[in-house]
Amino acid sequence: MNTPRYYVPARSHWPILGAFAVFLTLFSMASIIHESSQGEVSLFSVSMAVVAGFLMLYMLFGWFSEVVNEGLRGMNSEQLKRSFRISMGWFIFSEVMFFAGFFGVLFYARTFSVPWLGGEGAKGVSGMLWEGFNAHWPLLKTPDMTQFQGAMGLIDAWSLPFINTVLLITSSFTLTFAHHNLRSENKQKTLFWLKVTLLLGVAFIFVQVAEYGHAIHELNLTLNSGIYGSTFYMLTGFHGAHVTLGAIMIFVMYRRVDNGHFTPEDHFGFEAAAWYWHFVDVVWLMLFAFVYVF
Amino acid sequence: MSQEAVLGQEAEEHHHGPDKGILRWVYTTNHKDIGTMYLLLALGSLLIGGVMAFVIRAELFQPGLQLVDPNFFNQMTTMHGLIMVFGAIMPAFVGLANWLIPMMIGAPDMALPRINNWSFWLLPFAFTMLLSTLFMEGGAPNFGWTFYAPLSTTYAPPSVTFFIFAIHIMGISSVMGAVNVIVTIFNMRAPGMTFMKMPLFVWTWLITAFLLIAVMPVLAGVVTMMLMDIHFGASFFNAAGGGDPVLFQHVFWFFGHPEVYIMILPAFGIVSHIISTFSRKPLFGYTSMVFATSSIAILSFIVWAHHMFTVGIPLVGELFFMYSTMLIAVPTGVKVFNWVTTMFRGSMTFETPMLFSIAFVVLFTIGGLSGLMLAIAPADFQYHDTYFVVAHFHYVLVPGALFSILAAVYYWLPKWCGRMYNESLGKWHFWLSFIGVNLTFFPMHFVGLAGMPRRIPDYALQFADFNAIVSVGAVLFGTSQLIFIYNVWRTTLGQKGIKATDLVWEKPEGLEWTALPSPVPYHTFQTPPKID
Repeated sequence: MNTPRYYVPARSHWPILGAFAVFLTLFSMASIIHESSQGEVSLFSVSMAVVAGFLMLYMLFGWFSEVVNEGLRGMNSEQLKRSFRISMGWFIFSEVMFFAGFFGVLFYARTFSVPWLGGEGAKGVSGMLWEGFNAHWPLLKTPDMTQFQGAMGLIDAWSLPFINTVLLITSSFTLTFAHHNLRSENKQKTLFWLKVTLLLGVAFIFVQVAEYGHAIHELNLTLNSGIYGSTFYMLTGFHGAHVTLGAIMIFVMYRRVDNGHFTPEDHFGFEAAAWYWHFVDVVWLMLFAFVYVF
Repeated sequence: MSQEAVLGQEAEEHHHGPDKGILRWVYTTNHKDIGTMYLLLALGSLLIGGVMAFVIRAELFQPGLQLVDPNFFNQMTTMHGLIMVFGAIMPAFVGLANWLIPMMIGAPDMALPRINNWSFWLLPFAFTMLLSTLFMEGGAPNFGWTFYAPLSTTYAPPSVTFFIFAIHIMGISSVMGAVNVIVTIFNMRAPGMTFMKMPLFVWTWLITAFLLIAVMPVLAGVVTMMLMDIHFGASFFNAAGGGDPVLFQHVFWFFGHPEVYIMILPAFGIVSHIISTFSRKPLFGYTSMVFATSSIAILSFIVWAHHMFTVGIPLVGELFFMYSTMLIAVPTGVKVFNWVTTMFRGSMTFETPMLFSIAFVVLFTIGGLSGLMLAIAPADFQYHDTYFVVAHFHYVLVPGALFSILAAVYYWLPKWCGRMYNESLGKWHFWLSFIGVNLTFFPMHFVGLAGMPRRIPDYALQFADFNAIVSVGAVLFGTSQLIFIYNVWRTTLGQKGIKATDLVWEKPEGLEWTALPSPVPYHTFQTPPKID
């Protein structure tokens, strides 16, 4: 009995529920988008989406609770804990590649396709299509202004986006303060710094929403304003969604610290949330540099 | 009961067998069950995709429009490609990974068994969604499996929205499956199994999993941009808004080229095992195999635009992608050399898995060489979008990837179920497949070089004879797979065939043969095996 035992969980009903919840969520989203482009959204699709949403929440809560409880009961071997760490790392790598794709699109448009549209390069024949089109980045005047109206101006990088940069960088520090306090078993201070981090994250989301409002109403910068608007909303939108997810993680960690789930040595849930938060932070720095400043 | 993770508990929990009934398969966390489900899903997809291929070949049997209208023909070519790539080849390799990786590295199961079950069960839902588009207004996607914009955006049927979300589900499944494979290999190897002692199938899957995690998110990104263009007024792929339809091709092929290696690297691992066993020699050049596989994977990220030589990329781009593509021939050549050298002066026998593997080496090399021809940018202007391209990628995917999967099933089936398959049925299956596959795909080279375009339901009269031969070959190849299904069925569920020994073959290498009985028990390696 001295040989190390491996971890083999018994059967579980969470994965099948998870697969069904993902399917129902995406299927109802597809139905709603499809129907709204055809005319009217049916009540059936909307109710399907509502059911899917609740099912998703139930599944996520149930599955994660089970994993957390197994950890609390000391069922996780050192090997399994290592598995969790490695898999979180690779999951974040997949997220990095997701954003890398959109950044690639941004760089391609800026460096190649927009100048080509303006007639640059050996094969720049597009001048024939839209005469008088001037290639310029950020692209405010699109080649076909009747189809894509363009935008009247840009978000000033040193206004709201700069505030957001400060907010997110600060939050990375406050999260690290929380981590240090967790390690030195100072629960009250851990909770305090987590609360500050969460507030900074929520403030970021509010500023982002305000910025969108400004962009849409005053600058007419929408998804519809050509490639600049498309890349702008794609990158900042997905980043904002990730900040929201990260904030939910921080909130869950707040609850878990409060419930005494973590020890100074063993608190991978916290670390995973922190890794994710720092990842979201780094993406923002890239965004700030290449979407707003340059 | 379902909550019990059993670390440190007594043996009763470990020795529980499979549950009875359908719930065993729905709730299972066992890598062997999940592997079986993946393989069955792949078989089902192979049959559905095969029926679509039959529709295509029936239409092309004679010139002129015969059976289906052109729009439906386009739906068939599109769905055939999607189902075969995402539904047949990829899940089959994941199924083999599930079955084999834990047994090969001395692990009790995959590292994340519940995520493993989730990865599998996402797929039937994804394919239900994809296939349901066939019955929607406007029909299924008809823009080719590469779904180039603007065919897939401005001119797409309404069902494209469901196609996009089906791709998203497949992507989640692939990334989670790949993370699981990587973690299993990094963290679950038995003590003493260093990286350079890992079986090649494990190595090739490690690299495949890395490619999957790197490029599946990019695929998710590109379909999301399509969705934005179609429904939310974005202009990523629309030049009127400053976007670029060619941009779609760049992003797609940044995913797509590593994707084609995702579908061939595990095959390299499989045939390396089989050729070594039936040549009764250790594999020649194990280390160079590992490095060659890694080089192929790295190169796969910098060759994508060789799919796009004719779209008008700058000359310097054509040159860069031409030369980088040709570089891939070097590590691939190393592999072929190693397989041939392993066979050289070995005491070879020709059981069914070996036959499929030798055919793999020969026919995959033909596919690789036609790939080299396509890599030559100036020549590609002649070949582009012709049946020559169709011949090329079917040679690497059918007698390449698919033959290796069939070889793997014949090779490991006795270990899995404890009985030998019927050898003479296996040989019939092989020879009919071999003849069928060449009859189907070899003449495509000729009609392609002569200028027959792909994805068109009609063709000029001079291509008629070759197309008739191709269609006959396709029917021969397709129907001979029924022999395989019968052979597997009679060995497993039918319980026919002689009992397999624990080693199964003569001196095969690897823990799955030497450390485990045939059939393998439901749970294997609850304690780590010894590795010398």
